[in-house]
Amino acid sequence: MNQKQKKILGNVAFYVGNTVIGLIFVSPLIWMVASSLKPEAEIFKNLNSLSTFIPSNASFDNYLEVFQRIDMWKYILNSLFYVFVIIILDLIVNSICGYALAKFEFRGRNALLTLVISLMVFPAEAIMLPLYREVADLGWINEWAGLIVPFIAKCFSIYMFRQFFLDIPNDLLEAASIDGCGPIKTFFRVVMPISGTVYATIFILDFVAHWNDFMWPLLVVTGEEKRTIQLAIQTFFGSKPINYAPIMASLTISAIPMLIMFIVLQKYYVEGIASTGIKG
Amino acid sequence: MKKAVGKKSERTAAYIFVLPAVILLAAFLIYPALQTVRYAFTNYNIMRPDRITFCGLDNFIEIFQDKDFWKAFTNTLYFTVLVVPFQTVLALALALLISSRRKGVSIFRAAYFSPQVTSMVVVAILWTVMYNSNPESGLLNALLVKLGFEPSGFLNDPDTAMNSIIFMSAWQGAGYQMMIFLAGLQGIPRDQYEAASIDGAGKLKSFLYVTLPGLKNVIKYVVMITVIQAMKLFTQPYVMTKGGPQNSTRTMVYYVYEQGLQKRNFGYACAVAAIFFVIVVILSLGMKKLIKAD
Repeated sequence: MNQKQKKILGNVAFYVGNTVIGLIFVSPLIWMVASSLKPEAEIFKNLNSLSTFIPSNASFDNYLEVFQRIDMWKYILNSLFYVFVIIILDLIVNSICGYALAKFEFRGRNALLTLVISLMVFPAEAIMLPLYREVADLGWINEWAGLIVPFIAKCFSIYMFRQFFLDIPNDLLEAASIDGCGPIKTFFRVVMPISGTVYATIFILDFVAHWNDFMWPLLVVTGEEKRTIQLAIQTFFGSKPINYAPIMASLTISAIPMLIMFIVLQKYYVEGIASTGIKG
Repeated sequence: MKKAVGKKSERTAAYIFVLPAVILLAAFLIYPALQTVRYAFTNYNIMRPDRITFCGLDNFIEIFQDKDFWKAFTNTLYFTVLVVPFQTVLALALALLISSRRKGVSIFRAAYFSPQVTSMVVVAILWTVMYNSNPESGLLNALLVKLGFEPSGFLNDPDTAMNSIIFMSAWQGAGYQMMIFLAGLQGIPRDQYEAASIDGAGKLKSFLYVTLPGLKNVIKYVVMITVIQAMKLFTQPYVMTKGGPQNSTRTMVYYVYEQGLQKRNFGYACAVAAIFFVIVVILSLGMKKLIKAD
């Protein structure tokens, strides 16, 4: 077998192998979407044949039913709203803290840095109950504040921002200071505009974490008014009449915002995952 | 920057910059952490906040004799010990499948990553439907029967419920670790592979002697984050099994939730949370040390 044949064989193995394994891998999701387009009676009809993955007479009736039975828009907007508020505040609060830790000299800096790094191993699940108690005492049960305020400051974000800002050359900052910029102004006018990458990375990491969060909203959101999308689909899953076709439609709808976010920001997400992995 | 040391404007700016984060961390991370410890030594019951009394080590002694706690503890360990190797090997295999510069590789990468784009709640509901123990209405049992196997009880059978959650969790989570492995694979210099192939090493040998040693630190890191994530298992049993059948999928975090908020034994639940906290911190620090050891 010569070099060329070997190469062709390698290509065939790559594409065929990945196509087969890839299809098997995503088959549950294909089945979810296919079922969401079928009439209820047909979902379980051909389970033992490949046609279960193909909707014949596809229609969007199940989607209409979901929107008729529950206020899907509201739940999606609820989630988008509280997640975006957390992200914006996270980006401000943690980036200025990370910047101070990277570039300012002040008493207590090393102690604070050590604290931030040690708190990174704190599992949020272990403090959930007293945090719930505290939020209840503040009157924030079923309030936006209860969903948002406890999660603005994040040691992980502070650390990521600090690592990024460490690499910004001091010459640049000194030049700004010679031009008459104070330290705070320098940050907003000079540093922030050239740090888009780290902001985008934290943005998408935050979005994924909070959009998917289930446990904390489960504790804090008691009514229907501020129900998040994850709680909504979980509630819909258990509410009668249990029809699987609309359930599959609700699952598919709830995945769309995250899908869009990924398509737009996947580069930064991948970078974010990779950089946390490599730098440790 | 040295000359700026002690400059007043900079010190003021520094305190303004760290203050919001420090206040929030103190209020919503450190304070509740201290409260966990405090409540753990009390008989605090949410329904009777006025009758909170210090009870020493009573909670911990009770936990030690609490069969349900030990079941939750061993369930959590069982999940972790199985899901971590399974998910890590799966992620590495997927990364190797697509670690090539061929055209269209990003489509396959997206496919393997796609379960990550759907949230855990979505995936858990979807698999609950697919795991239905009746082959007439469960996709996976229909497949098993077609392949000539007996249908499985999956989530309805205490012997298979946790394994079913493990399988699904690894499938959902592997894409994330795959991305880390891909970055790690790119960090291995090409000439190492070339040198190996000049020495006559085949695919398997170059995997064993170039790829694996090159990924050593990445593998350690992936194992660490997967272990910690696994210890926190909650959403899957909450959505899929409510901890059943026969407590076979009740985990530590689930037990904390159940004791604290459903049964209102707040002090007791905080003691469980404190134990959970200590375990996770020891695991994190231990593994961080292992990573730094090289």
